[in-house]
Amino acid sequence: MDLAVNADLTVIWAFVIAFAVAAYVVLDGFDLGIGLLFPFFRVGKERDTAMNAIAPVWDGNETWLVLGGGGLMAAFPLAYAVILPALYAPLIAMLLGLVFRGVAFEFRWRDPRHRAFWDFAFTGGSALAAFAQGVTLGALLQGIDVEGRAYAGGWWDWATPFTLLTGLAIMTGYALLGATFLIWKTDGGTRDDARRFARWLVPATVVALGAVSAATPFLEGQYYERWFVFPGLLATVPMPLLVVGSAYFAWTGIGGGRDGLPFLLSLNLFLLSMIGLGISIWPDIVPGRISIWDAAAPEKSQVFMLIGAGIMIPVILAYTAFSYWVFRGKTGHEGYH
Amino acid sequence: MFDQMDALILARIQFAFTVSFHFIFPAFSIGLASYLAVLEALWLKTGKALYLDLFKYWLKIFAVAFAMGVVSGIVMSYQFGTNWSVFSDKAGPVIGPLMAYEVLTAFFLEAGFLGVMLFGMQRVGKGLHFAATLMVAIGTFISAFWILSVNSWMHTPVGFAINADGQFVPAAPWTQIVFNPSFPYRLVHTVIAAYLTTALAVGAVGAWHLLKDKGNPHARKMFSMAMWMAALVAPVQIFAGDMHGLNTLEHQPAKVMAMEGHYDSHPDGAPLILLGIPNPEEKRVDYAIEIPKASSLILKHDPNAPLAGLDTIPDDREPPVAIVFWSFRIMVGIGFLMLGLGLWSLLARVRKKLYDWHWLHRAAILMGPSGFIAVLAGWVTTEVGRQPYTIYGHLLTADSASPLAAPAVGASLMAFVIVYFFVFGAGTWYILRLAAKAPHPHEAGVIEQEDGPIRTAGITPGPAQGHPADTRGGA
Repeated sequence: MDLAVNADLTVIWAFVIAFAVAAYVVLDGFDLGIGLLFPFFRVGKERDTAMNAIAPVWDGNETWLVLGGGGLMAAFPLAYAVILPALYAPLIAMLLGLVFRGVAFEFRWRDPRHRAFWDFAFTGGSALAAFAQGVTLGALLQGIDVEGRAYAGGWWDWATPFTLLTGLAIMTGYALLGATFLIWKTDGGTRDDARRFARWLVPATVVALGAVSAATPFLEGQYYERWFVFPGLLATVPMPLLVVGSAYFAWTGIGGGRDGLPFLLSLNLFLLSMIGLGISIWPDIVPGRISIWDAAAPEKSQVFMLIGAGIMIPVILAYTAFSYWVFRGKTGHEGYH
Repeated sequence: MFDQMDALILARIQFAFTVSFHFIFPAFSIGLASYLAVLEALWLKTGKALYLDLFKYWLKIFAVAFAMGVVSGIVMSYQFGTNWSVFSDKAGPVIGPLMAYEVLTAFFLEAGFLGVMLFGMQRVGKGLHFAATLMVAIGTFISAFWILSVNSWMHTPVGFAINADGQFVPAAPWTQIVFNPSFPYRLVHTVIAAYLTTALAVGAVGAWHLLKDKGNPHARKMFSMAMWMAALVAPVQIFAGDMHGLNTLEHQPAKVMAMEGHYDSHPDGAPLILLGIPNPEEKRVDYAIEIPKASSLILKHDPNAPLAGLDTIPDDREPPVAIVFWSFRIMVGIGFLMLGLGLWSLLARVRKKLYDWHWLHRAAILMGPSGFIAVLAGWVTTEVGRQPYTIYGHLLTADSASPLAAPAVGASLMAFVIVYFFVFGAGTWYILRLAAKAPHPHEAGVIEQEDGPIRTAGITPGPAQGHPADTRGGA
């Protein structure tokens, strides 16, 4: 009985962590994407508007990363203890990238003489963080060495052609989120630029997604069986259709009258990708090595946290929605002051 | 170049470095958020523009400090796993939930309302904006609550059992774990420290501008408010610190022995060593200036009470005495200097010379950074004093680190050092530049955006730009 309850809680916690990671990926995804595209906007009004579109919300968006990391430690301490040392170099790189990205929001206003430098730091930090997150995903998928309760590989094991591919793919996808977010939230020159970027970022994202999806099943037996043996085949057939369909309507919607549509469809591309990832690795938390039940914290810890998460996550979503609502409408049009 | 070094030492240096840098910013923003809430409340209550100007003046500084606190804080939430994975695996079931509560109840609250606080004054009503400021201030306090509970549990672990995998698992009601024996003392001591740190920084800025123009009403107001804090809160802090020390004596006597420099046991009353040079080889304090029996009087409230020394602790379970001894004296010394400054300001106030005594202003400027130094010295005392354990009495630091190669830890340490000094050096410079500008009527907000190119009015204050309410334009 106890075991059954614990097993259910473990599944719930796996979904809570997955939700936090997904929220982080799409929310900070468009922040980082705007950072990636930043140098391609004209200096002056276009750039300032692009940054103002996310200045009030980036901090809240980034907090989902802390919930993902902190929640992992709390709910799946063994996974946290194995994954973080295994991905030491990319994670440190990500953190340093986020340092530059985060301070650039404030520093560029405080130091106009060196604004070009902090704009560069904003882009460089965003690029490093996005690439490192993609590498992290790829390294998890390709498998990490575990012995006992610890990581057993070297500190360069993560560096493979596959992780290079996932790194670039995440950068492309984030850039798409950033461009379509700006189509939604700005107008004038900034929106014109964003539309131009989105036109080639939609097909680029589909290609990147296709490349990662094509490479993944051949990494290890588990993925191949998941996707090419019945009943996984049921998901394999419609998935490319849904991806291409979303991408097609996102692309045709770019010049249309509904500025929010390309962003919504880009979110849908990410949602489909994450469902695909779920199909690939469930119920493991370190693919092929550690299942969510192996890594789970004791029931007492899970219950205590679930009370907090159950009350607080809806409250957080409510005031986050309020914050977005306060800054609703086109950024370029009415500024914040 | 790091092959010859010990990965454990490098990991410890890295944690000490990143957490020390990090804590400087929360120590400031916990106090500053409350100060901003007070200023906005006074503005709403009195309608005086002076308070709004001060609010906007400090809001610009808060924005820079808070951004640095956020980015250095994210690093901390990952340091546990990257460099202390064995500790994380073992302690995760107990401290992980407390840290998750910090994210859920504090980080999101701060981040969610920060945007409204910084940029939303013209978008929401005054009452709602004040609510946002309050939420940010409360968020900083809730954050301190949880992370200090975690830290205190590592000093005074209770309510756990060890399972088959060697993990610490909760075995008592969570209230017992959260409110572990050292937590209430550490929470009070740390939060007051943050308020004092902010007060002295605000006081220094006020004093700086008073020296240039003693008639500046904004400088007068901030200096006066800061000196009230120093005068009223410094004595409270000394009392709270004493209580915290007695709690430490009960639960971590070896730490107090190191703080006091008591290598030897004193069966009939221990002396209070004011100054001296700890000599770890000979296990004695050289050139000690001491007051006989005063240590027993302070710690036991009886001059003849026996006090055990480090001779009762096995050598390999002793904390490094010299570091703890000195950092403790730096903290206490600064605490009494703060008390002195506060009393001096009271005297000036009574004589109606608060804005005239230049030497008081100069002293306040000199004391501007003292809170930060005292806070770091205090943390060094308590954290080094816990060694050689991460979880006191139960898990050795040496058994807590990740299985990483020394070059990996060394390379990341170098990267952190370079990036932190560069980035946070620049940020500190920007804060000082903002603080060097005299506060004035019609203070600009964080980012002023009007028609045409964006202008950051905070950089070039220039002529009066009118109250933001007037310049809202087509919005």
